[in-house]
Formats: sequence, structure tokens, C-alpha cells
Amino acid sequence: MARAVTPKRKAITTALAWAAGLVIFFPILWTILTSFKTEAQAISDPPVFLFFDWTLENYGIVQERSDYMRFLWNSVVISLGSTLLGVAIAVPAAWSMAFVPSKRTKDILLWMLSTKMLPAVGVLYPIYLLFIRFGLLDSRAGLVVVIMLINLPIIVWMLYTYFREIPGEILEAARMDGATLKEEILYVLTPMAVPGIASTVLLNVILAWNEAFWTLNLTAAKAAPLTAFIASYSSPEGLFYAKLSAASTMAIAPILVLGWFSQKQLVRGLTFGAVK
Amino acid sequence: MATRHSRSAARLMMAPAVILLLGWMLVPLTMTLWFSFRKYLPLRGGDLGWAGLENYSRFVSSSAFWPSVQATLIIVGGVLAITVCLGILLALLLDQPMWGQGVVRILVIAPFFVMPTVSALVWKNMFMDPVNGLFAHLFKAFGAEPVSWLSQAALPSIILIVSWQWLPFATLILLTAIQSLDREQLEAAEMDGAPPLKRFWHIILPHLSRAVTVVILIQTIFLLSVFAEIFVTTQGAFGTRTLTYLIFQRVLESQNVGLGSAGGVYAIILANIVALFLMRIVGKNLDR
Amino acid sequence: MGRITLDKVTKSFGAVEVIPPLDLTIEDGEFTVFVGPSGCGKSTLLRLIAGLEDVSSGQIRIDSKDATDVPPARRGLAMVFQSYALYPHMSVRKNIAFPLRMARMDRAEIDRRVEAAASVLNLTDYLDRRPGQLSGGQRQRVAIGRAIVREPAAFLFDEPLSNLDAALRVGMRLEISELHERLTTTMIYVTHDQVEAMTMADRIVVLRAGHIEQVGSPLELYRTPRNLFVAGFIGSPRMNFIEGELARRVGAHTLGIRPEHIAVSDSGGEWSGTVGVSEHLGSDTMFHVHGTGLAETITVRADGEVGFKHGDRIHMTPRPDAMHRFDAAGLRIG
Repeated sequence: MARAVTPKRKAITTALAWAAGLVIFFPILWTILTSFKTEAQAISDPPVFLFFDWTLENYGIVQERSDYMRFLWNSVVISLGSTLLGVAIAVPAAWSMAFVPSKRTKDILLWMLSTKMLPAVGVLYPIYLLFIRFGLLDSRAGLVVVIMLINLPIIVWMLYTYFREIPGEILEAARMDGATLKEEILYVLTPMAVPGIASTVLLNVILAWNEAFWTLNLTAAKAAPLTAFIASYSSPEGLFYAKLSAASTMAIAPILVLGWFSQKQLVRGLTFGAVK
Repeated sequence: MATRHSRSAARLMMAPAVILLLGWMLVPLTMTLWFSFRKYLPLRGGDLGWAGLENYSRFVSSSAFWPSVQATLIIVGGVLAITVCLGILLALLLDQPMWGQGVVRILVIAPFFVMPTVSALVWKNMFMDPVNGLFAHLFKAFGAEPVSWLSQAALPSIILIVSWQWLPFATLILLTAIQSLDREQLEAAEMDGAPPLKRFWHIILPHLSRAVTVVILIQTIFLLSVFAEIFVTTQGAFGTRTLTYLIFQRVLESQNVGLGSAGGVYAIILANIVALFLMRIVGKNLDR
Repeated sequence: MGRITLDKVTKSFGAVEVIPPLDLTIEDGEFTVFVGPSGCGKSTLLRLIAGLEDVSSGQIRIDSKDATDVPPARRGLAMVFQSYALYPHMSVRKNIAFPLRMARMDRAEIDRRVEAAASVLNLTDYLDRRPGQLSGGQRQRVAIGRAIVREPAAFLFDEPLSNLDAALRVGMRLEISELHERLTTTMIYVTHDQVEAMTMADRIVVLRAGHIEQVGSPLELYRTPRNLFVAGFIGSPRMNFIEGELARRVGAHTLGIRPEHIAVSDSGGEWSGTVGVSEHLGSDTMFHVHGTGLAETITVRADGEVGFKHGDRIHMTPRPDAMHRFDAAGLRIG
């Protein structure tokens, strides 16, 4: 739809949109900027915006004092582990639903999604008890399992919608060509669905990375990921804005980058296909 | 495309996912239900026997219950109103031709990827702190008295933080919906002489109604269980104790598991009512 | 070898019986076409033979071995799909090689066969492209290539030309017929287009609602259609059907006469009427004649040079030996 827009109108919308974008982005920008200030500059009145002595010392202090790398590693293990485990379980299930649909397929899918709606706090204590019983409290393995389970419905759902776009005739052709079920999934379905699987992984890594109910309640020191690491800054001790900013920047930077790649999938994954 | 072979293979391959989710749902749910009928105080004697419906009635009659329902409703309602209204405006704006559209989109979407604990702490300390926060500086610059946001206006503050996190989600979905609108429809309306406001009201808004519904339902489900934002800011003080937070306190802080579990059952019922509507929309979409 | 026998085969989806008990034998090397209107069960029948659907009862034998419960991968059949069903992520070479790879054939043999198939199908220059970069006709040839490298017992074609434009379709029709001449392998071809059926088939199976209406060579069906359905379905333009007094006089309920078996004249004939629409094809002209008192419209095929205009009076004489008589149940008499 190429319709001529007057340059004036385009300039106005550009200005408005950039203003809105910057206002929304400002807290993140401010956090990143503050992370490079000294503690004194971080609280100076009036605030300094760009003209301060840029320093990296906060990052060093944060790593030294609270061992950022360990939390980062926990976050990576938990988010990647839960997502990959989830995908491994979901691919066969989504194949079944997309290509061998039965009368119950729809009900099963909706039921799976409905488990996602279960309020976590409603089952907090039972999970807590089970974790104690099986020695999973404050363990990465326990969190991998729990977060895999809360994201499994979304993973199944997303893969299902992607698989459904693959024409069944191609899989039938593979079958006629002598492929076994395993070969059909491995050599034909999976390569064709790579973009879909990649976006599913991306979105679910992000969701797992930011999960902040179970990670806060089921970890202490050993298995705590970045969400809990940041929460430990909630009780301030002296001058700490610059260090809080450095820690925050480090906690969100990896996922911010990933997130920008996943805009499109975000809509699909989080609305369960109800908006396209 | 279904033969006996493929059907039995399908059942087999679906089994792990189904069994896991069934266990994930049934086991804790059954335990919560069981606890909700028990007098269960892990630190004060453990399981003290059958309590009947006492937990249910005590949870509802406690002085904290109605305020928590109120707080929950205000937060959910406030965030929904803000994100949907601003989301529509932003989506309309971002849909216009402009320079640097991609970058603006990225700026707008960014908050969604910030983990809840980070956004809550950044807002709490660097913006809303009554001494060193940016808002305090701003107020002083204009000669006004700085406000202690998280105690004097705790609920609006929480609403602001959570809205900031969810605005990108609403915007993104509404933008996707606007972009799926048939341009010819708008041009036809323009040919028919409808001014921009009328076009918005009679064509764009009805087209968006479904997306708005979806945004409302999905956000409601997530907003009902807002936790980290309260956990790291007010800890439920100053009228920000939501139903979720109240249950959390009953279960883990005061270790009254029976009472908390009864609250949990209420929360589950509430969430399921919302989920029912959402599932209906999703289900309709499946029949395409 | 590729002799395929269907023995009392049935297929139901839930309570709906799509294929009532059906017997059919397809001889080795035969080019058989399943033809019928959409929804007649022809594709279902093909998928039953392929093994992509289970039969509800009955038996399918391939070379007199029971194949009813053999999965599609092991029936030794190759199929060409309507959408071509090429693997979009593989090059043409890999597409054609896929069935051989699945059969664990050694690499040198695979290469040899792929090259051979590609040269037969004029695909040699395209072997390293992806299907997305090919035209419709080329994709179709890749699909055929993928089928022939396996040297299957029989080829199954599911409306393979319906996604091509008209000109290409005629070309591919010839190519498939030539392929059959060369390979002399059994081919089963499903189409709703009776022209494809007539031009390509050794034997045509006309289906309606899962029933076989008639089996025979194209000319048999054309000359002696067994019932009204086949008479109306085979031949273009459609056979004229005349009921009433005229039919009764020759002891029939319905009388059938093909448009090409009626002679026209402007001076006199057995029947007469008014010319409505005329369609000029150059070589022939079709006149749609009204007001004959025989049927609402009688279609006549005349020489391209015959010139009647809209509203002209036209006289027609049917060839007496080309009249088909049908009884009240629609079955052929004599």
C-alpha cells in the first residue's frame, strides 16, 4: 500500500513515535547509564545524564562481591535446560496433534493450555513439600523440571501451530519414499520446522529467564538464578545505585538482545495463536 | 493420513507430555485440596487433624481478605485500563509511516524482556525513592514536595511498574492486529467520506475487539499472580497485599498451610473462570 | 512386476462408508485411470492402495502378496502428489535421492540413478537448486524423478496436473504417457478430468460415490457406456439425453445421442429448433439449440465453417447407429 504521505505528516509521526519510544525505554537507558557512574554521581542532584566520568568499577565490584557469574550460569542452565527438555518432549506430541488429529486433539490441547492458567501460589506449598521430600530444594535440576512444566503447554502449542503449516502430503511422500517414523521426523519434519523450533526455543528461554515466582521461592544460595540475585538487592546497604544498575544491566542484557530477535514469535507464542 | 500404525504411534508420542502435565496438575492440586480441609501448622505441631470448611470460612472472614481482593482488582483493572488504552494509541502510532520504525519498535518492546525483579527494583530505587529518586529530583526542581511513592501512593506505583512491563505486550499484539486489517476496507470508508475519527470508531476498533479481548484475558491471568513486583518493593505493605501475596504470606511466612491452601483453592477457581473465557476464544480459533 | 488386486475392499470414516465393497484388478504394466466427480472416492481408493489409509475390511494384494497391513514404506509403490510434496529444504538432487537413501543404497549407485533420472526428465541443469526456485512443470518432473529412481512395482499419481496451467498440462500429459511407454510399469492415475482419462489411459475406472460404475478402455466407455452416469461423464461436450415420446418409440426411457453424432442442415432434418448460443472453436462449432420439443437444450457439434446465427432455424438429423438407449433405472439397453 504505497500511498504518498506528506513529509510534514511523516515528520510529526516520527517525532511522536520516537518521543513515546524513548519515554518507554528511558528506565532501561537510565539503568545502563547509571551503571557506569560512581555511587556519588548516581545520586547527584541535579542528576547527570551523559557528562560524568565513565567507569567500569561497578561491574567489577558486583562480580567480586556476589559472584555474578555463578547466578548467570544458573540462569543459563535453568532457562536453556528447561526449554530444551521441554522441546524434546513437545516435538513428538506436537507431531501427533498436527498430523494425526483425532476428535480429542482439540480437547487435549486446550486442557494443556489450561494447566498454564493454574495460579502458582495455589500449589506453592505442595511443590515446596515435594521439593523437600525429594531433596530438590535449591537445586538446578528441580527448577529445570518445574519451569519446563510451566512452559510445556506453550512449547507444545507453538510447535503445533508451526507444524500445522507443513503440508501433510510432504510427510506422506516421505512415508511413500520408505522413511520410518523416526526418519520422517528427523529428516523431513524437523529440518522443515527449524525456523519454528528456533522461535519456540527463543521465546521460552526468555520466559524461563525471567520467571520470578518459583525461582524466588524454591532457591536459596546454591541454585539461585539472576532473578533471585537481583532480589537480594532489595535491602539497600549504603550507596548502591550504581552497583544495582550494573547488576541489573548484566541480568537483562543477554535476554534483551535475544528478545529483540523474537518480537514476531512473541505474539504467536503468548496469544496461543488467537491473534496473528 | 491416519492409519492404525500412525494412530498408535501418535498416542505413544503424546504420552510423555500428557502424563507429565497430568501429574503436574493433579498431584499438587490434590495436595492443596487436602491441606485446605486440614488444620496444618508445620511449625506449631504439624497436621492437627480435620478442619472441615473452617479454613475456607476463616480465609474469607479474615480482616485481610477483602482488602486483598480489592487490591487485586485495582491492580488488575488499573493495569488493564492503562495498557489497553495506551497500547491502542501506540499501535496506531507505530502503524504510521515514519523514519526509524524498526528502532522505535525495539525501544517500545524492550521493557517486556526485563525480568520482574529488575524492573521493580529499578523503579523503586532509582525513580520512586523519596530522596534520591529521579521523580524526587524532578519534583524538587519544580519546587514541589517529593512524594514517598511506595508508601504514600503504593497501589498507583505498583500499577505504574506493572503497566510499564505489560504495555509492550499489549502494543505488540494490537499492532499485529492492526496490520492484519484489510487496507482496502479503510480506503473504501475513506471513499465513502468517513473522517479519520469515524474510521477509527467504526472500522479499526471493531477489528481490534478480538485482539483486545485476548490481551485482556491473557494479561488478567498473569496479573492475578503478580508476585515479584510486590515481593521486592512493598512486601505487601501499604495496601498492596494482593490475593496472591496474601496466600504466599499465609503459606510460607506464617506457615498456616491449611488456611493458605483454602486461599489457593479460591485463587484457582478465580483463575479458572478467566481461563474459561480465554479457552473459548482459543478453541474457536482452532476450528478454522 | 506390479499386479494390484483389491478384494472386497471397504473404507468408512466413522459411520460414513466412502467405499462400499469393491473388487478391482489392475494388471501389470497397465495405465489405469480412476476418474469421477470430486468426492467420488477416487483419491481415497488411491490412498488405500498406497497404504496411507487403512482399509476398513477386505484385502489388497500386490503381486499376489497380501499387502493389507504392510506400511506404505514397504509396499514398493511410488506416489506423485497433487502438490508435488517436494522437500523444500533439500536440493533437487537430494529430493530425488531421498527414497534411495532411505533404502540404504550405496552412494555410487544413488548418484548413478539420480543422474539417469535427471537426464530422462531434463533436470540435469537444476540438480543443485531448491524446489522453491523451480517452475511448476519442473517441480512436477522432480516429483516424478523421485518416484522413478526407486523402480517401484507401480506408480500412483494423485491429480498430478491440476496445479499446472492449461498449456503445461497438455505437455506433461504427453511426458507421462511417454514415460509409461518407456518404463512399462503399472501406473494408477487419479483425475477428475475426463480428457486426461481418455487421452492417457489403457483402462478407465469410472467411480461414483465409491462405486465402480464401469471399467473399460477409453473407446469402450465412449462407445458403450453402461449407464447414464458414464454416458454423461465421458465425452465432451456432454451427451444429449432425450426422454419422452421419442424414447418410448424405440423402447427406452432415455435416449442418448452425442453432439458429434448429429448432422445439421438449414433446409431439413428429423428434428428442428432455434439456435441459442454458439461456441466457435475454429475446427468445430457447438450450437446450443432450443425449442426442439425433445429436451431443453440439444447440443450439436458441427464443422467449424458452418454458420448459424443466434435465432436461426436449424435442422438436425441424428446418426441412427450412434443412439444409446437406457431404461428407467438408467442402465444401457442392448
